[in-house]
Parts: sequence; structure tokens; C-alpha cells
Amino acid sequence: MMSKLFGPATIAALAFAGLQPAMAQSPIKIGFVSTFSGPQAAIGEDMRRSVELAKEHLGGKMGGRPFEIIYEDDQFKPDVGKQKSEKLVQQDKVNFVTGYIWSNVLLASLKTVTDEGDTILISANAGPSQIAGELCNKNFFSTSWQNDQTPMAMGQYLQGKGVKSLYLLAGNYAAGKDMLAGVKRTFKGEIKGEDLTKWPDQLDFSAELAKIAAAKPDGIFIFYPGAHGVQFLTQYVQAGLKNTIPLYQVFSIDAITLPQQKELALGTLGAQEWVNDLPNEQNKRYVADFKKKHGTYPSYYGAQSYDAIMLIASAAEKLKGDLTNKDKVRAELKKADFKSLRGGFKYNTNQFPIQNFYIQEAVKDADGMMTVKTIATALTDAKDPYYEKCPMK
Amino acid sequence: MDYLLLQMLNGVQLGLLMFLLAAGLTLTFGIMDLVNLAHGSLYMMGAYIAWTLIGWTDSFVLGALLALPVTFLLGVAVEAVVMRRLYARDHLDQVLATFGLILFFNELVRVIWGPAGKSLTVPAFLNRTVEILPGVPYPAYRFAIIVVGAVVALLLAWLVARTRLGMLIRAGASNRRMIAALGVNIELLFTLVFGLGAVFAALAGLMAAPLTSVKIGMGDDILIVAFVIIVIGGIGSIKGAFVAAMIVGQIDIVGRAFLPDFLKTFMTASAASSAAPAISQVLVYLLMAGVLIWRPTGLFGQRT
Repeated sequence: MMSKLFGPATIAALAFAGLQPAMAQSPIKIGFVSTFSGPQAAIGEDMRRSVELAKEHLGGKMGGRPFEIIYEDDQFKPDVGKQKSEKLVQQDKVNFVTGYIWSNVLLASLKTVTDEGDTILISANAGPSQIAGELCNKNFFSTSWQNDQTPMAMGQYLQGKGVKSLYLLAGNYAAGKDMLAGVKRTFKGEIKGEDLTKWPDQLDFSAELAKIAAAKPDGIFIFYPGAHGVQFLTQYVQAGLKNTIPLYQVFSIDAITLPQQKELALGTLGAQEWVNDLPNEQNKRYVADFKKKHGTYPSYYGAQSYDAIMLIASAAEKLKGDLTNKDKVRAELKKADFKSLRGGFKYNTNQFPIQNFYIQEAVKDADGMMTVKTIATALTDAKDPYYEKCPMK
Repeated sequence: MDYLLLQMLNGVQLGLLMFLLAAGLTLTFGIMDLVNLAHGSLYMMGAYIAWTLIGWTDSFVLGALLALPVTFLLGVAVEAVVMRRLYARDHLDQVLATFGLILFFNELVRVIWGPAGKSLTVPAFLNRTVEILPGVPYPAYRFAIIVVGAVVALLLAWLVARTRLGMLIRAGASNRRMIAALGVNIELLFTLVFGLGAVFAALAGLMAAPLTSVKIGMGDDILIVAFVIIVIGGIGSIKGAFVAAMIVGQIDIVGRAFLPDFLKTFMTASAASSAAPAISQVLVYLLMAGVLIWRPTGLFGQRT
């Protein structure tokens, strides 16, 4: 009789007791969507390496729980990116989805993750204007920037330098349009011409370079990430324009592209919110460890991915690994209370960072390796131009 | 004026690359009656093989030259293993089988060279500009493409018009059954033609590689344009392929160089930039439709 009564209770008690440590020990799952195949795979690889480095620096744990990263390849295609995001949310039931190089991939995947899946998405690169403005979402955070901002920094700098006219070129997709809108917000000189080229299939810029040579601007401003940047720079040099019309760029000459661009890039200027020589302790450690492991410099893509993992870790730490209450998780993320590689930032109401932007020059380091070095601060505590359109306050 | 000349040269350069690709396609389609969707894969293989050989020999020219016989052998092997079984089948079977070949080659490249794509750098002696007219610089590498393309086009014209092989090719294009009945070794002819087509495709691929990088599926997009070219020019006609490739090259450049500025006079800049490439692509298809109405067998096709 007694045993019959005790039986279920004991089992329940034991099961309950057993549940607690199991909860604490079940891994936190983070989905990571990026490009791991095709000509832009180098960017995805840089991000993956940085995420693995973050994992190592965290000792494989956040808030006392182990965590696992599930990498998915978007193949540089919005439709594939959306499918992979769906898989992460519905099948793998991840706690967070991060990554996203491309604005068009992010825009295609956003609702699947944040609304249908009610999962928190942290963009480690793409920052389309729509998500900073009317599409802003409580489940969306950025550890990068809004697309307009980096070109705004470049435009500001060129305005200050007294550059009179520019010719603008970018790929014809969500980010390309934002980039050109951005540079025109701060650069008030003459725009001698402006082309959005077919993205991503156009890699031959002969017609555009001939137009630039004929327009004779004071400078060229481009946005051609990854493989496209390599092709543009080579063709720009081949066309003999390097000696006559200087090239200013965003996202087109960096740690990803420099190993292929080599000396052709020397002396070109670019803008970015993170540079490998930013003087804070966490950044020095990150760059040194990355170089030791892989023999190359990390890029901002990698640094932003590292920051995304560290941001998640900071929230998990505060909540002691218990991520069940999403309101609490979002509140912790919003504090951005972690050691960012760019030396710290605050979140704006639309959950995009308020941060500095720097100008850097392509140079050779002491060992003869191509890299970029900070030469000026273009914008301080900059907010993106869309946050007032975001209904979140 | 200089600007116009530069843009026309760009169109010629693009047209010549497409001609090299279309030449092989029009030969296999016209003579062997074979729809070969995998022609773009030969273009890609040419670029990858050249990349490897250039790495080994440490010389762009040498590596590129060595890549041509290698792709010839590859073409011969593909013909012997796969294509030969398809001649008697209908076009749908050929489309299916050669589409399978595309997938096979894309996977093969992924296994051998990895997923990331490669970049080929232009040889140092071509990494500068040449003055085509006093004071009008043009990239030396693009100029070299024009020269090589033009030489190959002339060679091909000579081969088709003046040699015994060319005579058989022309005869094959107009009546295949008849030349087989006359005792010509048609199997050997087909193998040679297919190998030759592979070499031209590979040459186009390896010359385009420094401009557009070596990547998986690089031949798939350009193949559609090549098909349009052979339809405009007339299937089986080398001359037709050449003329059509030149026209299509110029249309593409006009679409990129002049159309956006024209559209900007009555549209917003971003709408004009989006519309221009789309319109220039549509123009190519409109041209094809027009030619098909006017001359159903293409500009230089055989009348039946």
C-alpha cells in the first residue's frame, strides 16, 4: 500500500531532481548563417574562424552551459538563406540565429526567424535600412552597423578633405542602394556619375571604367564586397586609372580581399567601424590569436561575428544560463554589456549600435603583409539615419 | 569620340569571348545535331585547368597554352564516353544527359579544387595600358583578348573555308546523312569537332578568368547567351556566330554604358540603374525574336 503511494511521487521527485542539472547542462544552440561556398566563401570562413576563436576564449561555455554553433551555408542566395534560417529555427530549435553577410539574404530571412519563429536574430554584418527603420524588430539586434553609416563616414572624410567630385559605383541590391544613399548624405560635392551594376553576376567593369575615365571625377567611391572588390581593383589598375583618379571604398579592400589584391591596393582609403589596430586589450588578444592560428589578419566580418557570440555570452552569463524568459534575454542583450572588439558600444532604440567610424589606409605591415591601418576618426558616437522611423522607443 | 571608341572596343572584346564559346556550340549543334548544355562546363574546366597549369609552370602564357591540349583530350573523352551514345536520341534526352554533365562537372570541381573559387592574375607584361590612339589608353589585357580572339576567328574561318576538315564540317552542317553515305568517317569527324569546340570554350574560359575569377558554375550563365547567339547567327554557321556575337557584345555594352544615362533623363537614378541592364538583356532576346520572324533559320543559317 505504502509503496504504491510512494512510487509515483518518488519517481516524480527523482525526475524533477534529475531535470534541473540536465537543463543547466543542455547546450545553448546558436545558428550561424553565412556563405561557405562559391567565390564569396572566404568571408564566411573568416567569420567561422572568429566564432571558433570566441568559443575558445569563452572556454566553450556561456553562463555555465556549454554551447554549440550550427553553421549553415546560404550559398550567397536569398532563397537558400531563408530555407536554412527556417531549418535552424524549426528543426534545430536554436536559441539565437546570427551571421548574415548579405542584406538581401537577411531581408529574406528576417520574418522567418524573428516573427514566425520568435527567435532572436543578431546580424553580424548586414544592416539594411529597412530593418533600422520601419521593419525594426524587438527580436533583431546588430553587432555591425546600418548600411548607410560606413559610406557616411567616408563621405564626411572626403568632404573635410576638400574632394570636389565623385563617381559612385555599387552592386545593384539592397546594400548597394543604402551605401550610395549613405555617401550622398555627407558628401556635398558634385556627383559626376552613379552606376548600380548587376549584382552579383557582373564582374566585368570595362564599360563603367571607360565612363569614369571620360567623366574625370576627383575620386571614385565603390562598394564591391569580397570577390567583386578584387575584380574591380584589378580592372581599375589595368585601366590605368590609379595614377589619375584615387579610389575610395567601403567593404571592398579588407583582410578578405587584400591577400589577392596585394600591392595594387596600397594607399587606397576606406572606412570601417572596426580596425585590426584599435588599441583595446580584447582586440589585441583577438587579432594576435587569430594571426597566430591562421597566419592572416581577421576582417571586420570576423570581428563582428566574434562580438555577436560575446554579446550572447554576456546575456547568458547574467541570466546564469537560463534563456527561457525571452523578455529578460532581450533586456540583457540591449545593455550591450560586454567587451566589444571595437572598444564598446551602446544600443540605439532600433537595436543598432551607436559607435565610432574610422578611416584606414591599405599599407604593408612590418612583415611585408598587406593590411589596413587607422589614420583618422571620421564619426564619433554615430547613430544611423533611420532610427527615428522605428516604432520601438 | 575617344569614349565611344573605348566602349566599342569593350563590346568587341566581350563579343569575341562569346564567339569562342558559341563557335563550339554551333558546330556541335549544326553538324552533330547535338544539344550540348554542358558546353559551359568545358568553359569552366578550361579556366580551372589553366589555373592549375599556370600555378605549376609559373607562367600565364605557358600554362594557358598547355591547358588547350588538355581540354582537347577532355573534350574527346567526354565525346567518347557520353556524347556518342546521344546522337541517335532525341533532343530532350540530350538536354537531360548534358544537364547531368553540368552537375557532374560542378561537383567534380568542388571535389578537386574546393568550393571557394580561384583568382587568376593577369601576367605582369599585360598589367598595364596600351595607347590604341595617341592619348587613348586601353587595358593591355583586354587588348590581348581582342587580338587572340581575332586571330582564332581568322584561323577558324580559314579552317572551315580552306581545308579538307573544313569542307567536311560544312558538308556535315548541310547534310549529315549524305556525307556518311559518301564514306566519310563520321565518328572521327564528330570526335574532332567536339574536341575543337572544347578547346575554344576552354580558351574563352581561361581568358575571361582574370576578369571575372574562376568559380563553380561560371559557364552556366554565359551559356544561355551563347545559345541566343547561335540561334541569331544560324545554327551550324561560324560566320553567323561571329556576326551575332559582335552584335550581342555591342548591345550589352550599350545597355551598360549609354542606356542608364539616357534613362536617367526621365527616371530616378536607382530605377534607371536597375532598368538598364534588364532592358539590354531584353534587347538581345528581342533581336533573337525579330531574326526568327524575319529569317527562321538565323542570319546565316541553311535554308531548308
